[in-house]
Amino acid sequence: MELTRRKILAIGTGTFAFAGVMGLPAFASLTDDAIAEMTGGAEMGEGAITLTAPEIAENGNTVPISVDAPGAVAITLFADGNPVPAVATFKFGPLSASRSASTRIRLAKTQNVVAVAQMEDGSFQHASANVKVTIGGCGG
Amino acid sequence: MASGVKPRVKVPKKASAGETITIKTLISHKMESGQRKDDDGNVIPRSIINRFTADFNGQNVIDVTLEPAISTNPYFQFEAVVPESGEFKFTWYDDDGSTYEEVKKIAVS
Amino acid sequence: MNLKPWIAIAAISLSGAAFAQDSSSLSVEGEALLTETAAPEHMENVDTIYSGWRFRSGETQALQTDDFDNPAMIFVDKGIDLWAKVDGTEGKSCSSCHEDVADFAGLRTTLPRVEDAGLVTMENLVNECRTERMGAEAWKYSKGNMTAMTALIGLQSRGMAMNVAIDGDAAPFWEKGKELYYTRVGQLDMSCSNCHEDNYGTMIRADHLSQGQINGFPTYRLKNAKLNSIHGRFKGCMKNIRATPFAEGGEEFKALELYLASRGEGLVVETPSVRN
Repeated sequence: MELTRRKILAIGTGTFAFAGVMGLPAFASLTDDAIAEMTGGAEMGEGAITLTAPEIAENGNTVPISVDAPGAVAITLFADGNPVPAVATFKFGPLSASRSASTRIRLAKTQNVVAVAQMEDGSFQHASANVKVTIGGCGG
Repeated sequence: MASGVKPRVKVPKKASAGETITIKTLISHKMESGQRKDDDGNVIPRSIINRFTADFNGQNVIDVTLEPAISTNPYFQFEAVVPESGEFKFTWYDDDGSTYEEVKKIAVS
Repeated sequence: MNLKPWIAIAAISLSGAAFAQDSSSLSVEGEALLTETAAPEHMENVDTIYSGWRFRSGETQALQTDDFDNPAMIFVDKGIDLWAKVDGTEGKSCSSCHEDVADFAGLRTTLPRVEDAGLVTMENLVNECRTERMGAEAWKYSKGNMTAMTALIGLQSRGMAMNVAIDGDAAPFWEKGKELYYTRVGQLDMSCSNCHEDNYGTMIRADHLSQGQINGFPTYRLKNAKLNSIHGRFKGCMKNIRATPFAEGGEEFKALELYLASRGEGLVVETPSVRN
């Protein structure tokens, strides 16, 4: 086969696409594994936890995130596209008012932020939000 | 102790008993993730604040575990109930073993 | 003037958001700050000048509206500590001579200015105090101690309109700055004006180009999570266009700073601002 520039490009793209397909489930499972470890594989409900994140983050270095889960004893945040998925765990003490917290996190690329709350009755709730991380111009 | 670490806390000066108050905290810390490399290609070792706690008169409000994905100069906002007058104590725990503390009084009527 | 796309985009992205802010009016700690005004007469190609705040996303904008949420303020706190800290052979701190930093209200709006036939910036004034009166070592132009101090001093002028002198002694420096602004340099062969005058409001990759106003400096950038000096930002711009940057604190950047300050005449000081 004669290798033209176009063919090399095509091969290159194919390889990347393959790597992408192979790569994604691996990343996702890191987060899934971490969540399974937390919940012991229990079913997770939805609706009693609210995760607030920007749809598009101007800079992945500082992304404002808020979580709110009335009746939660703890909330853990994960970012499924980061090299290490765990972000933070908030444990609420006896003098905590609403079971809510806000912080600023790092996202390496466009990905899902997942919040898992452990409720007072031992059940789990989860919510996720896709955050697009833009590659800045001179600002980025 | 990491150099130049400075905490900043916002707590209302007074509240009524049982009232929900909002607390904001910030601390200057580079939160080196352990993922970056220096100019020579060597991994820069992780150096982060790994835990933050807020207590009021000895009772816990929130206990946070931080991972390297928390941004430089970690910021937290959360809510507390104050049953009586007293003192909030905020503690940040550094990977290097040092701790940083800040205390804020609140008058409850 | 036709409505630039970014204004509309910013308005849409903020409607329904939880911020009390809208995209065109900046209110910091309840004080309204002007982010748009008529361009000064000497600007030939621009009718309206806008603060860089207007070009940022809602989340970034919100960071500047509250002095606790603004991460730059922790460095202002550091500046307050430095203000009272004795340093150097004379056993003095800033506060030994300057009773209250609030007395510097208005200073930011007039810098850089001509003193003894040379152009001086706030960094020059701080270092002059340190070396001449405190017997202390000069701080590096854009390092943490200096930006903490210029943030603290600049903050005293927040809300006051930029108003540098560009006539008389300052005229030759201003002319030099203007020439630099319009001179193409570097491998990409670009001048300041190519981005910040001809193309502000349009996208450069996923980012909005601003007018390159300097009324919010030193500014906390999300990119590097610290305060950035005016000359440090110039340096970044020059690297981006593959040019060899001039020296921080050098004659070229001081002249450019004067010219840019004059292009922001009428915009108010936002120090310390938050940008991408």
